Parts: sequence; C-alpha cells; structure tokens
Amino acid sequence: MQKRSVFILSVLCFGFAFLYVPILIMMAYSFNASRLATVWGGFSTEWYGKLLQNDQVIDAALLSLRIAVVSATFATILGTLAGLTLARLGRFKGRTLFSGMISAPLIMPDVITGLSLLMLFVSLETLIGWPSGRGANTVTLAHITFSMAYVAIIVQSRLTSMDQSVEEAAMDLGSTPLRVLWDITLPIIAPAMISGWLLAFTLSLDDLVIASFTSGPGGTTLPMLIFSKVKLGVTPDINALATIIVCIVTLGVVLAGILMMRSERQRQLDEQRAQAEAAAPQPGIA
Amino acid sequence: MSAQDLAADNKAPAATGPGKFARWLNKDGWKRLVTGAPYLWLLVFFLAPFFIVAVISVSAAAYSIPPFTMPASWAALTENVATNFGYLIDDALYYTGYLNSLKIAANSTVLCLLIGYPMAYGIARSSGATRNILLLLIILPFWTSFLLRIYAWMGLLGNNGTINNVLVWLGIINEPIPMMNTEFAVYVGIVYSYLPFMILPLYANLERLDTTLNEAAMDLGSRPFRTFVDITLPLSLPGIIAGSMLVFIPATGEYVIPALLGRADSPMIGRVLFDEFFLNRDWPVASAVAVVLLFLLVVPIMIFNHYNAKAEGVE
Amino acid sequence: MAENSDTKTDPVFIRIENVTKKFGSFTAVDNVSLDIGRGELFALLGGSGCGKTTLLRMLAGFEAPTSGRIMIDGQDMTGVAPFDRPVNMMFQSYALFPHMSVEKNVGYGLKHENMTDAQRKDRVRELLDMVQLTQFAARKPHQLSGGQRQRVALARALAKSPKVLLLDEPLGALDKKLREQTQFELMNIQDRLGITFIVVTHDQEEAMTLADRIAIMDRGVIRQVGTPTDIYEFPNSRFTADFIGSINLFDGTVAAIKAGKARITAPAAGCALEADTRYGLSTGDKVSVAVRPEKITISRGKPRSTAVNAVQGEVLDLGYFGKDSLYRVKLASGALVRVSKVNDQRLSEADRQVDWEDKVWLSWDARSAIVLPEERP
Repeated sequence: MQKRSVFILSVLCFGFAFLYVPILIMMAYSFNASRLATVWGGFSTEWYGKLLQNDQVIDAALLSLRIAVVSATFATILGTLAGLTLARLGRFKGRTLFSGMISAPLIMPDVITGLSLLMLFVSLETLIGWPSGRGANTVTLAHITFSMAYVAIIVQSRLTSMDQSVEEAAMDLGSTPLRVLWDITLPIIAPAMISGWLLAFTLSLDDLVIASFTSGPGGTTLPMLIFSKVKLGVTPDINALATIIVCIVTLGVVLAGILMMRSERQRQLDEQRAQAEAAAPQPGIA
Repeated sequence: MSAQDLAADNKAPAATGPGKFARWLNKDGWKRLVTGAPYLWLLVFFLAPFFIVAVISVSAAAYSIPPFTMPASWAALTENVATNFGYLIDDALYYTGYLNSLKIAANSTVLCLLIGYPMAYGIARSSGATRNILLLLIILPFWTSFLLRIYAWMGLLGNNGTINNVLVWLGIINEPIPMMNTEFAVYVGIVYSYLPFMILPLYANLERLDTTLNEAAMDLGSRPFRTFVDITLPLSLPGIIAGSMLVFIPATGEYVIPALLGRADSPMIGRVLFDEFFLNRDWPVASAVAVVLLFLLVVPIMIFNHYNAKAEGVE
Repeated sequence: MAENSDTKTDPVFIRIENVTKKFGSFTAVDNVSLDIGRGELFALLGGSGCGKTTLLRMLAGFEAPTSGRIMIDGQDMTGVAPFDRPVNMMFQSYALFPHMSVEKNVGYGLKHENMTDAQRKDRVRELLDMVQLTQFAARKPHQLSGGQRQRVALARALAKSPKVLLLDEPLGALDKKLREQTQFELMNIQDRLGITFIVVTHDQEEAMTLADRIAIMDRGVIRQVGTPTDIYEFPNSRFTADFIGSINLFDGTVAAIKAGKARITAPAAGCALEADTRYGLSTGDKVSVAVRPEKITISRGKPRSTAVNAVQGEVLDLGYFGKDSLYRVKLASGALVRVSKVNDQRLSEADRQVDWEDKVWLSWDARSAIVLPEERP
C-alpha cells in the first residue's frame, strides 16, 4: 500500500464533509424546539409527533409508496428483459436504437421527459380515450419508463461479467433455452434484479419533476407535497420528515452493504481454505 | 421498424396442436418476447413522446382542452414555427435561460471534476475495507432524496442560516452574506447533488487501471506527477467523459435546484420551461423550449451513448 | 543457508545484505543475503509465494526492505526511488502503455534523459532493430502478438541502458515453441550488451537454460545458490533435490564412512546403499540417499554386482515419451522408484525389453547417488 498524498487525503476529507455535513445539520435541527427553523431553542421531538398527525403527509407518503412498489416491479421485469437483450442476444436489427433508448433516460433532463410524457398521455387520451385523466396511474407509467433503464444497465453489467459457458453447459446437458433462462440465468442475476428493484423504488419515491408533469388532481406524491411546502422556506416539520426518510434509507443501504461485504468475505475465506487444503503436503515416494 | 422483425430469422414451427406455443417459445419466440416487450414499451413511452412534443411545438396555442390546435396547412405550420420559436429568439428570458444553463452546467461539471477526480483516485487507491466504506459513503447520497438534500442547503445558506450564523458568531463577519437565491447557491446545489455521478464512473475507470503501468513509468524514470500526466490521466479519459456527461446533461435541464436556491430574475432554462408550462399554460412554446433544449443536448448525449457502447464492447 | 564456493570471478556488482521484507505479520523475504556479479545472468527460482517477486520489486525500488540493504555497483539503494535507480524492469504482464505506439513505448524512458530529439529517434530505431520490430513502430500494443509485445517490453526496458535489467517471468506468457526461441534471443542480447540480468521464474527448465547461476527460494529463504549443474547434480537438501527435476529418495542411517563414500542402511530400499557425500557426516546420522531416475539402470537380467545399489522390483507403470520412457517400479518394501531410460534404439512395442509386471533389477553407480542430511525444520 502506497502512502497517499496529503493533497488527495485533504480533498477526500473536504469532499465527504461537503456531502454529509448539510444533512447532519438538517437532522440536528429537526429536534429543535423553536418554531424558527434556524434558531436553536432546545431539544424537542414535537415535530415528529405533529408530522404523524398530519393526514396530508401520510396520504402523500402512502401514495408515493404505492406508486414506487408498482413501478419498481414493472421496471424490474422490463429492465431485466432489456438487460438480457443487450448482454445475450447479440446483434439484431434496431439494436443501436434500442441501446440508445436504454441509456438516454439515464441522462435526459427531467423537464424534457416529464413534458413529453404528459404530451403523450394527453394525445393518447384524445385519440383512444386512454388513459382517462391523469393521476397515480400516469405517474406510475412514467416512472416505469425512466427507471427500467437503470435496471437494464445493472442487469446487463452483471450478465457481461458472468461466464457465459455456464449457460452453454446447461444447454449442452439438454436444457431448452427457456429452461436455461429459468434455471441458470435468472438465479445468477437475481442479486442484480434486487438492487435494480431497490434503485427503481427509490428513484420513484424521489422523483418530483416528472411526477409534477404527469400527475393530476388527487395525485399529489410526497415529493410534490414537500416541494410545495419547501418553496415557502425552511420549516421544522420538513426537517423531521427529512430526518425520518434519510434514516430509513441509510439503514437500508448500510445493512445491504454489510450483508454484501460479509458474503464477499465469506467467499474469500472459503476460497482460501480450499486452496490451503489443496496445497497440503501429499504423501511422496520414499 | 417493429418488434416483429427483431429476431434474426422467422421459421415458424410447421406442426400444429397443443405444443405449438411451447415450441414457438423454445425456438426463437423467447428471444422475441425478451426483446420485444421492453422495445415496444420504450418506443411508445420514450421515443413517441418526443415526436409528439415536436408536433406540438409547431402547433398554435388555443383556449381548449388540450390547449393547442394542430396546424391544418403548410402556411399555418410555418406561422406557428415563426411564433413559437420566434419567442425564443425575441424574448431575452429564453435565450439568456439557455446560455445561463449551459454556462452553469459547464462550470459545475468542471468543479465536479476538480473535486471528484482526486476523490475517485483516493478511493480507487485505498485498500480493502476502507475502500468499501468510502464507496458506500459515495453511493449513499444516491439513495437519499435529492429534493431533501437541496432543502438541507436552504437551511445552511439563508441570511439566517447556519453558515451566516456561525460566521457572525465567530466574528468573521458583522452582517450576514446573502447567499440564498444567488448563482453561488445554484453552483453549490448542483456540485453537491451531482458529485457522486462524477465520482462513480471515474472510480470504476481508475480502479480498473493496471497499477503496474504506473510502476513501469516510474521504473523508466518518471516522477509521480509525470507518471500521472503521462499514464493515469490519458487512460482515465473515458471515465472523465462519462462522468462529465452524467453531470453536464441533466444539470443543463435542472429545475429543482434553480427553483429552490437560484435567482428568479435570471432563471435556468429548466425553470423557464416549467413555468411556461404550469404558469403560462402555453404548451406549444413549452414544447418549443424542450425541442431546442434537446437539440442543444444531442451532441453530448451522442458522446455519452458512444462511450457507453464502447465500454459495453470492451467488456 | 549453504555458502556455495563460488566459481565466478566477476567483482560483486549487486549485494543484497540481510534483507527482510514483512507485510504485516507475513514475512515475504526472510534475511536474504546474496551477491551477484557484473554481467551475470542470474535466476531467482521458486514456487508462487516464495518471495522471489518481492525480492525483485525491492531491487527495482517498488518495495522498501523492512531491514537490511541493497547495494548496486557500490551504491546504497536505501531510500532511492524507482525513477532514480540505474535499474529497469521487464514486467510479467509487460505493462506496455496501451495508449502509446510501440515507438512511444520504447522511447518513453528516454524522455527523461538529456538527449536531442534526433538522438532519441536514433536510439529507438536501434532498439527496434535489435528486437526486429522496426516495421511495427507505429502500432499500438493491442495490435501485436504476444511474442511481439514481449520484445517491445524488452526493448523499452533496455532503452536507458540500465546497469541491471530485472525480468519478471519473461517467458511466462509465451507458448512452448516461442519460449525456446526467445530464450536464446534473450541470452544473445545479454551476452552482447553485457548487462546484468536478474530473472525471476517458477519454471526450472527456463532457469536452467537461461541462467549462469540460480538461487532457489522457498518461503522467503534462499535454499541453494549455484550453477545449473551444481543445483541439479549436487543438491544440498531434500527440498532442492525434489524441487529440481524428479528424484528418488531413500531414508536411512549412515552405517560406515570410507574414502568420501558413505554406506547407508535404508529399509525401504531393501539393500545396502553406497553414495558420495559432500557433507561432514558420522556413523549413525539420519540421512536420505537421492538418486535421479535417469541415473538408474533397469534390466531384467541380474547386474554384474549386487553387493550395493541394486534392488529388485516389479514394473507397475510404464510411460512412453518418445525420446525416453519412464518406469515406476515397486520394491518389495512397497516403495516406488522412478526410473527413466533413453530410447536410444528404435524398437516396436513387441520388442520392448521391459514391460508391465516384469520383475526387474534396478542398479546405479555409487557416484550417481548423493547423501543428503536430514531436513532441518
């Protein structure tokens, strides 16, 4: 291990401080007894209590969760199929367009995606009468569209790093392509599908702009509600809400990270043990 | 093209009967299902909308539902184009919006690169457990709400915010420095939100670099800085480009950050588009704004796709 | 460690003095001392994890010794950075810069030299000529074959005319045919330039053909240093005897010593053994008698003398390798003995003199066997 330069270490420290200090300060202020968000008035959990009694917030959160679960599930199915196509089905007519449509949503500004999806929904409604009106359903459709691209990329990178001869071996042993997909490929990419689902879920929970465009009356998601409050300034109950959300997410990510690291370490240990066994002295001639 | 002609050849099974569908599936049908479903979805929900936006951008605004009328004649179309896109040229709000956005996005990209590169380098060169933890700390903000992280800065940057309070308390300043609703705040917000998007592709690239190449350069007489310039920097160019595009493109169309932290009098184009749509209810002009924005971003998007496809090919 | 009486007359050029390298609690190189002469082609031979690569990296300056020091041409290398050392290295992976042409790769080290552009160009041309790659100057590394890449790496490492060239598994990535050819090319170049080469390899054949002298390393320690002949014919321990080539070992005790020859009783052999000894042994010492398979004669008939070094057994296995055949013979004690025999006559299978399940005699000359002291733990 080379010693790292002072420059790199200080940039690392500054960078991480930059990323984390604002959130930590915000979390601290959520326990502020004062109504003035930036003046410390002693410790209190009153805002958390107020938050839990606020029906508007609870309703919006439930709606957001529902949209997130449904859209993440569909995005995972479609995204997995897209990832399979990109990683396994080689060249076909229209592949360039397909891979372009997979990677473009990753960087497309939200305002463009949101506006164009709204225009689509409006046009479809005038032409074929579906979807009638806008609300949770149209938001869900929009979220499936942009989050399936993320799932596709995750699944694809997992598949390209996986040894394809495993699938060929199954085929050689008499499995039909569909069986191979079910018995071999899907179990191997299952972790990628799970992380894809989780990412799609959080992307959906997080989205403000696309939801603002594609939603309608009665379809106020949690970010939309937060945004409408936040525009007016900093308030302690939003601090409390933010703290809850950040804590839940951090807990989830850290847990997942620990589980992954542990299984990785276990695998390394197993490999070392197997090697040590193989290297044990063999009885020679004498 | 349609989803039907995606699979390579079309040899339908000759036999009929109960096993027909299963046989079709096992032959090439499964490939068509696998490719066809996401393809069709993206054609309908991703590609088609752009064409609709393009059509609406040449329509006339109207007091109806939906609030536009499609051009009936060639003359009407050219007139609509002149009206809708004419706004963008005549009204300073629009073209300064575009220029503002491009300038802010470009500067933020450079700032992200200046902070992100050393961080990615430091993480890639750290060992084992430390690296995993640092990486987790970079990924974590990805999962926490974007909106709330911008909101956190509102509490810091305000005249009554934490930064000003601390500076006044320390006696460094007497009067709070106005930071909210300035360009500075927008830069802080964009760099803060998009830094992980710069670091992750850079990290992935730097981590893969063969360190023996650096050793070889040192062995041949290069000092560490020279080695960095000659070897590491050129080899990490794909990561630099991928990270820069991931920051530059979405930042150009950013809405939330300028809306919460920025100045109202010189908005970025994302905010102009949003307001045009929600406040003015002028769909054709909003569409025209989107079309021009997309047009400006086509080249960066192509570069991004090109490097994505290249990375895909190498693997 | 055995101090081998050195036949080299060259002055000491590289001196490795009590060098130890620890990574955490793991000792990769354990108190190694070694002298290498000017212009020598020296090989560090050992299995993976024996510390040979760590030693090489300490010579190049990529690792600093935990204790001890390294002198090159009378100059202490402690604290001298890799880019300031008169040493260049050819990496196992070649480490060619993928974004630079062959020409740029070879010329890279010269950028830091005080040279005019024309001089630099001439030098690169000269090097490419030497490795016969002149027509590939403009290519990128990925457009070259494995052998060509190896030669670019060699030319690049030689560009600055280093005092010492370090080669990490120089032939490891080449196929068998190419390896043989490249081996001789390497030896020619070394001979012509007179640069000291230090080669790290796990391949004993490569070490034997390339090197003037070999150091055998095991678990961070040098087990034996000597010429290839020394190492093969006069191993100093069971470890080196077993590591280089294949060998039959009989454990026993010294019964008598007479005129440089020891008589040993070894129950596994089932006969009295007599062998040369280089070590100060006395009666009653526990030893092993080592005999190489090709030094044993195998015959169905009884040898002339059966007093010593002659045992009977049954052929258990027979392997035909074209130029020679290998027999595995089972003795009465149950021990297996490997015997190889050069197929110096053209015989069909029907004419085979020794076959499966034949009862055979094995015999060897007392001068072909060597007594090894019992392994110290």
